[in-house]
Amino acid sequence: MAVAQPTQKAERPSRWQKIWQSISIIFESRVATIGLLMVSFWVLLGFLSLFWTPYEPNSSDFIQNLPPNSVNWLGTDHLGRDILSRLMQGTQVILLKTRLPGDGDVAIPGGVAIWGVLGSLLLGSVLGLNAGYRGGWWDQIIMQVLDALIAFPVIVLYLVVIAALGQGDLVVILAITITGAPGVARLVRSLALDIKTRDYIRAAETRGESVWFIMFREILPNARGPILVDAMLRVGYAIFAIGTLGFLGLGLPPPDPDWGNMVNEARKSIFSNQWAVLWPALAIASLVVGLNLFADGLREELTRYQK
Amino acid sequence: MEWQVDDKKASVLKVEDVAVAYKIRGGEIEAVQNVSFEIRRGESFGIVGESGCGKSTMAWAIVNFLGSNGYIKRGSIKFQGQELVGKSGEELRKLRGDQIAMVFQDPMQALNPSMTLGDQMKEVLTVHRGIGDKEAAKRCIEMLERVYMPDAANVMRRYPHQISGGQQQRVVIAMALLNNPALLIMDEPTTALDVTVEAAVLDLIAELRRDFDTAIMYITHNLGVVARVCTRVGVMYAGEMVERAEIQQLFEEPQHPYTQGLIRCVPKLGADKADSVLYPIRGRVPPPNNRPVGCMYTPRCDYARDRCFDERPQLRIMGNGTAVRCHFAEEIDPSQWIPSEEIKPAHTNIAANGEAETLIEVHNLKKYYEVKGSSLKDVLGLGETRYVKAVENASFAVKKGKTLGVVGESGCGKSTLIKTLIGLEDSTSGEAKFMGFDITGDLNSRNEKLIQELQMVFQNPDSTMNPSYTVGQQIGRPMERFGTVPKNQIRGEVIKLLEAMRLGENYYNRLPRQLSGGEKQRVGIARALASRPDLVLCDEPVSALDVSVQAALLNLLLEVQQEYKTTMIFIAHDLSVVRFFSDDVAVMYLGQIMEIGPAEAIYAPPYHPYTEALLSAVPIPDPTAKQKHIRLDGSVPSAISPPSGCRFHTRCPRREMLPDGGKVCAEEIPPWRELENGHRIFCHIPEETLRAFDPVISTETS
Repeated sequence: MAVAQPTQKAERPSRWQKIWQSISIIFESRVATIGLLMVSFWVLLGFLSLFWTPYEPNSSDFIQNLPPNSVNWLGTDHLGRDILSRLMQGTQVILLKTRLPGDGDVAIPGGVAIWGVLGSLLLGSVLGLNAGYRGGWWDQIIMQVLDALIAFPVIVLYLVVIAALGQGDLVVILAITITGAPGVARLVRSLALDIKTRDYIRAAETRGESVWFIMFREILPNARGPILVDAMLRVGYAIFAIGTLGFLGLGLPPPDPDWGNMVNEARKSIFSNQWAVLWPALAIASLVVGLNLFADGLREELTRYQK
Repeated sequence: MEWQVDDKKASVLKVEDVAVAYKIRGGEIEAVQNVSFEIRRGESFGIVGESGCGKSTMAWAIVNFLGSNGYIKRGSIKFQGQELVGKSGEELRKLRGDQIAMVFQDPMQALNPSMTLGDQMKEVLTVHRGIGDKEAAKRCIEMLERVYMPDAANVMRRYPHQISGGQQQRVVIAMALLNNPALLIMDEPTTALDVTVEAAVLDLIAELRRDFDTAIMYITHNLGVVARVCTRVGVMYAGEMVERAEIQQLFEEPQHPYTQGLIRCVPKLGADKADSVLYPIRGRVPPPNNRPVGCMYTPRCDYARDRCFDERPQLRIMGNGTAVRCHFAEEIDPSQWIPSEEIKPAHTNIAANGEAETLIEVHNLKKYYEVKGSSLKDVLGLGETRYVKAVENASFAVKKGKTLGVVGESGCGKSTLIKTLIGLEDSTSGEAKFMGFDITGDLNSRNEKLIQELQMVFQNPDSTMNPSYTVGQQIGRPMERFGTVPKNQIRGEVIKLLEAMRLGENYYNRLPRQLSGGEKQRVGIARALASRPDLVLCDEPVSALDVSVQAALLNLLLEVQQEYKTTMIFIAHDLSVVRFFSDDVAVMYLGQIMEIGPAEAIYAPPYHPYTEALLSAVPIPDPTAKQKHIRLDGSVPSAISPPSGCRFHTRCPRREMLPDGGKVCAEEIPPWRELENGHRIFCHIPEETLRAFDPVISTETS
């Protein structure tokens, strides 16, 4: 009988080569590369600010409302604080650390935007998998509730959560989780509906696997591509949301600077100093645009490689 | 033969030394190389070969439809003396649809679902010929009648989804013939159709070729179909044409080792596993970017010598007029061929060891699906509940170590039957016992031990494996789940199974995307066997594979069955495969088992009239075989309201044999006619009349 021939040579690439191969997909796309550069710029700046900023971000060491100059590269704000230092530290709460409530300066790694998106991924995946795989009443009830949630304007939802629980990093994370979950659930549900028709799901069922095993071990790993891309976009939305909340004065509490809050405070003196509004606004925009470009490019390359 | 080629007839298409290349990232690949052939008026030229051999690419090249990255690199394509290579898109567009027409595999995709069939057909005439609307409609109706479309005028007003698949393909063919094209290119036009529908469409194609004197280029992977409709054949392998011959010569004296191999690996209708062996071709078609330097076929050829590895053979004409691309064609005598050591006849002697115990017994099993209506009454739950009667009163028993084959056309309920048995669906009523345990409920109502004993092999190689896990993980999972093997020995057991599947240890860490279709199916079988089940249900496990791979897989299944003493229920729509593989066969029509019995009894008289019709529709890869000509009218009725009495009575060609034109068939449910050896036929026609039927197939040799 015919012995099936090996598909490729026995020599297998090392682990690093494999990882590099999967990462190199990003550089196939110019859009994704530019997006990645923009995002890594802010991430690196944030890491740097953990150890060093040009000046103390929260101390009023300078004259108020200075335009950019050789001492304060980006100028100073209405309280005479260095804008560059504040911008640098502003990335921390978004991307790098979450401050836990309590007296001490206890913080966990991973910014508010990251945790918020992870939360909505987790909640959304559980709901979406149940709705998509189980179908029937599960699907009806879960999706009706989520659709009702989507019907609320996002801002209203934020206000409800913050009004109920007060300000704080964890509250913002919760707000992002709740507003993001319905979208994730819809995406995961549609993927699950497609994947559950495949024969390997039948094989798992005829093995008598539990529903949770099928959902998380058989379906979820095959949905990871689109979920990953969606998560990238969602980090962008989350940063936007944090900015909006900060602008409304409901965002991340002081003392750490928050970009949205910076815009809000500088707005009051916009006629005397436009620079103080411009810089944090640009920071938010460039980070969000960078994430969007990265996600778009990645999606394009992933779908091209999918077969 | 009636369709001898007349050399004086004008040449319609002349392809000379064509190479087609696709540009890919970082280079280009030549998908088709050195292909030459000629098609004359009234001739149908078949192109056969396995998937990935460049058959379709060749067809696309003729109409220059290669996509943005494909182009004709070398050679010339002359259509009625006109050179097509290098023609602008606009000139070719005019030719297509006017002088050259194409028919594709899936009629549903060839027809626009949002236009009526009449509008689509008329467009061909109004655009290319500038004919007025009324005149065009008249001609369309004439053409539809010509392709035996019932109620042609009415069909013009319908949309594609309102007619059946076979009728859709008729519309596509009628559309292709409207402008009386000089060349008709057909790319697997019957592959998506059921065998009885396919037979009718093939009849039609053969008839139209004679009447319209059209040149046909017919692409297919099925040697039986080629034998039925083609006059000359070109065999393609890895982008090259390796043999070009008259149809009879191709089957009588195949010259190229590849052609010989192809013919050997198809089971003959009537052959069974006890007295015949399938000989698969080893290896697989090389991908276009990794082709051998010498003859393309060397890695798989039994006759390969040094010269074959170094030098690519040219197409040369042999004594009998056959063109062949082989250095040593004269020296190869297929009758002297000895199968290599690895292929051993897999005949099973299970039949000999007397009365085995019954493993699974099913009695009057029914599976109905509720149909939800869309009226307000239905939504409120007041409407009458209607059911799709997918399986009706199925009764059979399978003995340990035996195989029951289930055949029938699509929609006959064969898949539902095994889904019910394995527990993916619960049954509506009836009894089903597996080793004495009740299996009428679905998986939730079965205990672990029972679940472990019934496993399944699936049809589609691309979806049978989870793309995220390695081969080893997927085969190991059932062992882990059922605890059949201690945790630390799972790896060893998986490798043992892989070796039994002829896959070897280096497959353990592969991901599904690194495997070919045949390899994926092997892993699928290994996974089904991993929990050591007593009964394996196979849902068309080989129908998506190429014939050479199919042969290897069937041999493998036989071997596995012998080794593990597994009982199998084997579904397929290919009657020769079922005959080859099964001990008993059940023929299903519209949810009802029509005939059941030992395989050899099913394929010989007495037949159920439906079985007879099925057998006479099967394309046989032997142009000299005589086959009874029985074609079924109409299409399969709806399973929501199946015909009264005998479900087959609306289409039964033998109904007239009974008094009153078979009135009883429409009124009464037929009795089971019990014949010898458990052979049972579900028909009103008396046993003596059934026995008097002639055999459907008679070959000159037998």
